[in-house]
Amino acid sequence: MGKHSVPGDLGRCMDTEQVIGVKGLTKRFGVVTAVDGLDLDVRRGEVFGLLGQNGAGKTTTIQLLLGLTVPDAGDVTMLGLSLATRRREILARVNFSSAYVAMPSNLTVLENLTVFALLYGVRRPRGRIMELLELLEIPDTAHRVCGGLSSGQLTRANLCKALINDPELLFLDEPTASLDPAIAAKVRQTLKQIRQDRGVTLVYTSHNMREVEEMCDRVVFLRQGRPAAAGTPAQVRERAGRASLEEVFIDLAAQGRRA
Amino acid sequence: MWLRVWALFLRYIYLHKRSVVRTMEIFFWPVMNLLLWGFVTKYLGRLAGPGAVTYLLGGVVLWDLLYRSQHAVSLSITEEFWERNIVNLFATPVRPVEIVLAACGVGFVRALVMTVSSAFIVYAAFGFNILSMGPSLGWFYLSLLIFGWAVGLFTMGLIFLFGRAAEGLIWGIPFLIQPLTAVFYPVDVLPAWLQPVALCLPSTYVFEGMRAALAHGTAPLDLLVKAAVGNAVFLALGGAFFAWTLERVRVRGALARQAME
Repeated sequence: MGKHSVPGDLGRCMDTEQVIGVKGLTKRFGVVTAVDGLDLDVRRGEVFGLLGQNGAGKTTTIQLLLGLTVPDAGDVTMLGLSLATRRREILARVNFSSAYVAMPSNLTVLENLTVFALLYGVRRPRGRIMELLELLEIPDTAHRVCGGLSSGQLTRANLCKALINDPELLFLDEPTASLDPAIAAKVRQTLKQIRQDRGVTLVYTSHNMREVEEMCDRVVFLRQGRPAAAGTPAQVRERAGRASLEEVFIDLAAQGRRA
Repeated sequence: MWLRVWALFLRYIYLHKRSVVRTMEIFFWPVMNLLLWGFVTKYLGRLAGPGAVTYLLGGVVLWDLLYRSQHAVSLSITEEFWERNIVNLFATPVRPVEIVLAACGVGFVRALVMTVSSAFIVYAAFGFNILSMGPSLGWFYLSLLIFGWAVGLFTMGLIFLFGRAAEGLIWGIPFLIQPLTAVFYPVDVLPAWLQPVALCLPSTYVFEGMRAALAHGTAPLDLLVKAAVGNAVFLALGGAFFAWTLERVRVRGALARQAME
């Protein structure tokens, strides 16, 4: 295993094909090392939790995996292709949703999704869009401007964008942030259904540890850009001697402050 | 590739379809500018003779064409920052050249709409027929459109490098060029030390050519050739600068950070 590796054992039985392979990934911003020699191995069909405090390196890791940022060191392969040389091919088969980015607020849901469908090469976007709006239970928002939607509707519209190209790999950066518990439960249920029906691999970040325990097959806690704990949620709890991932999170955060 | 270019162009059609203010803005500033300058030139015409009116009005119409072309290109990427959509955009398989082509397409349409409507207004309000520039008018239009694209690419690059703090450049950079580029007066009005700077700008040859066309019916071929050569150089430099800044921003990891501002 590499410098800072995530164990490959899984709590559930699934296809072992590697979807994300990361070796020695490093990114520095001036004197700050945001990601420090990270190794990752994400398998097809699993839900992989990327966890940690604010500033631990989660978002930077996702940005590196999407090619939005160039690493200072390390290799990334996704879907069997090198990110350094075949980024566009990978991006055509991948998508992401984040609580921190938005679709243009002055366009309707249908207009926004049409633009993104065409950007991903979906030839007949209308049918695909209506199918996704039905799946996310927001068909009546199609002709409403995104700026006029509620948080729950907007999150689901963003998920429609994230699913528009029927991705094999999906990055979800806090997908239920700012949602009420009922809508959040609905979104999680929909993601589970999508994963089951389409075999999508999910890389999931969240500060809601109960949600992580519900959704994720394996997790890694990052601290200062390196894995501080990794494995299935049950393994991480057992090794830490804690009853919940939330307690593990708090312990790791406290250790980080003392370090 | 063309599907993605169309997707980005479509985004702007939707935007203008939805916003009366944005659509009106294509006409509002040029019309107000024209009216102001039209009345000024009428007055100057009384003082200096009718030739001054045509030269100044011609300058106003053509300057606005360059300005609108640059503005549309620069604004296209800035919109994505304002809407926090820039990360969504760069996480798709879109290439930078496709973003540029769509932005230039938007610039072309906006400039064309503005030029046609301005032509009607100056004719109706002041009796100035833009077609009196002769067959060179098409060449002037193309030259200024392309130079506007080049300046727009340069401005887009600065916005990527410096983030939203650089947004004022969208409106400011053209006015760095305007005093130098012989819009309302010939180059020899400028101080001797500034004239070589003015002659480096392709638009200078367009405006000098415009005055020659209004006086004699056609512009000298050498002016049109110099404008074309200058445009090729500036377009290449603008494109290279934009590509370089995009790569710098990716290396620095600044794209997503700027998107959150």
